[in-house]
Amino acid sequence: MKFMLLIHGNEQAMMEATQVNSAGMSPEYAAYNDALIKAGAMLAGERLRPTTSAASVRVRNGKTEVLDGPYAETKEQFGGYYIIEASDLDAAMDWAQQCPASQFGTVEVRPVVQG
Amino acid sequence: MIGDEARKAAERVARESYGRLVAFLAARTRDVAGAEDALAEAFASALKSWPQDGIPANPDAWLLTVARRRQTDAVRRRQTRQSGEVHIQLMTEELDEAAANPDLIPDRRLALMFACAHPDIEAGMRAPLILQTILGLTAIDIAAAFLIPPATMGQRLVRAKARIKDAGLPFAIPEREDLPERLDAVLEAIYAAYAKGWTEIGDTAADRLADEAIWLGRLVVSLLPDEPEAKGMLALMLYAEARRAARRDASGAYVPLEAQDIELWDEPQVVAAEALLRDANRMGPTGRYQIEAAIQSAHVARRVTGRSNWESVVALYDILLGLTQSPVVVLNRAAALAETAGADVALASLDTIAADRRMADYQPYWAARGHLAARAGRREEAHEALTLAIGLSSDEAVRQYLAVQRTALNDG
Amino acid sequence: MQFMFLIHHDDEALAKAPPTMWGEYAAFNEALTKAGGTPGLRLDPASKGRSVTRRNGKPELLDGPYADTKEQFAGYYMLDLPDIDAAVQWAARCPSAQYGTVEVRPIWPTRSA
Repeated sequence: MKFMLLIHGNEQAMMEATQVNSAGMSPEYAAYNDALIKAGAMLAGERLRPTTSAASVRVRNGKTEVLDGPYAETKEQFGGYYIIEASDLDAAMDWAQQCPASQFGTVEVRPVVQG
Repeated sequence: MIGDEARKAAERVARESYGRLVAFLAARTRDVAGAEDALAEAFASALKSWPQDGIPANPDAWLLTVARRRQTDAVRRRQTRQSGEVHIQLMTEELDEAAANPDLIPDRRLALMFACAHPDIEAGMRAPLILQTILGLTAIDIAAAFLIPPATMGQRLVRAKARIKDAGLPFAIPEREDLPERLDAVLEAIYAAYAKGWTEIGDTAADRLADEAIWLGRLVVSLLPDEPEAKGMLALMLYAEARRAARRDASGAYVPLEAQDIELWDEPQVVAAEALLRDANRMGPTGRYQIEAAIQSAHVARRVTGRSNWESVVALYDILLGLTQSPVVVLNRAAALAETAGADVALASLDTIAADRRMADYQPYWAARGHLAARAGRREEAHEALTLAIGLSSDEAVRQYLAVQRTALNDG
Repeated sequence: MQFMFLIHHDDEALAKAPPTMWGEYAAFNEALTKAGGTPGLRLDPASKGRSVTRRNGKPELLDGPYADTKEQFAGYYMLDLPDIDAAVQWAARCPSAQYGTVEVRPIWPTRSA
């Protein structure tokens, strides 16, 4: 079964804590990535640029509105994701707990629509 | 109580006066942002009070008085902090000079527009720059029209104005040999602003942008009365504006040009456009705006003769194609060619742009292909093309119109 | 530049969406694919999600989505586009823009293996 792991973290804090430069990857994440790949669980993963570069688009009554920033202002911002293969939600939750982000933020697990 | 018309008129005068003063200050100092800053408070004040209290006897003098007062305060504050800035002092001098003879302030708006549309300024920013500096529109309003996030638009405007200052872009009407090309850039920017107002129907902010663009067009025509292309571009906008009410039916559904109710076309604007076009034609070599306007003239002939003059339209597109190899022209020509030579010939004419990568996500291309293929009886091709056109539309009314066309493929 | 489109749906608004919306989605996906983009995945409703966070060194498990917002994250797209302007233009075409919000997020370039 496919699951999406959504990584939420305070952008500022995350940058400082994981000591990651813009394009690189922290040793913790590198290890996590390796583990996912070795287990055959890794399907995809991306890091998002900070929400300061985001835009939100809505169409209401035929009029397109473009706003700066993400959809919602939250204490922890959505900063990256993984798509993983796991036998069930519990297995996916195990992976979520191993993710470095669970130490500094929140990892949300969402089942993917099957088929 | 001041009525709506009077309020709008007062706002118009405020914007006019503001634009003239910004142009004057900017042309003298090359500092567009500094000029806007010096007049910002006075302008905001005018926008608030003139619609309520009426237009002052001398709008320019009024703005200058408020601006100078604020300038004096700013200078005093900086002097107390002992961090004088050259540009603040410069603006003070310019403001004082203008205030000495408010009736003799030269109109430098054309020079400002040429600076905004200079080749060194990113093409996509020329219209926003002109709208902000000449009309005092906010970055937020401009961003909404151009579908750019507001902060991004704000940053780009700041950078563009810095570019004008740092590169020393000239505030001048170009020399004769450069004028056609440079003027074309100004006209293109104004027309781009109109086109933004065109895509959103029944939206007061968008209608307003179209009005502003037409106002700018009239300004350029009045300041450059000997330039036929300026007249051509204004005529083009007026032809389009005349048909605004006919573009949607009572239920909000999209109505294509051939199906529009000519009773809903605004006759005075058509007449004005025809007159401008006649004047332009008398003046010398033609250009792309005059040709586009002539094409519109051929279309509105329908209200007199009962049909668009398709033969003329095709001939005019042939000339236009000689001037610009734009795929948009190829596309529009194909639509006309379908009327004179049939859908298959028209479809074949699209072969020249079929491989153009820009067509992959260009909605009008797929919509045109879809309609032509449908007329040529090529149902599968039409279905595919109309589907892509639907997927590329952000206007629900247009999507529904295309969906109806697509469903109709299965009948008969 | 790579962009991720986050589709946020308002269940209430979605319930009122006409059945034609799914046809429009199909058309959108086709246009997107033709232009080189990839439809992403759709997610099961947010209520079926769970979250884990660590507080005082201990993992805390929670049912439901991370954020309790009116619109919930329902799916995504990935596109390669020249700039944010092009991204916004595409986002406006997405049928979800009418029934929710399409959030546009630039991505850091993928680290090559």
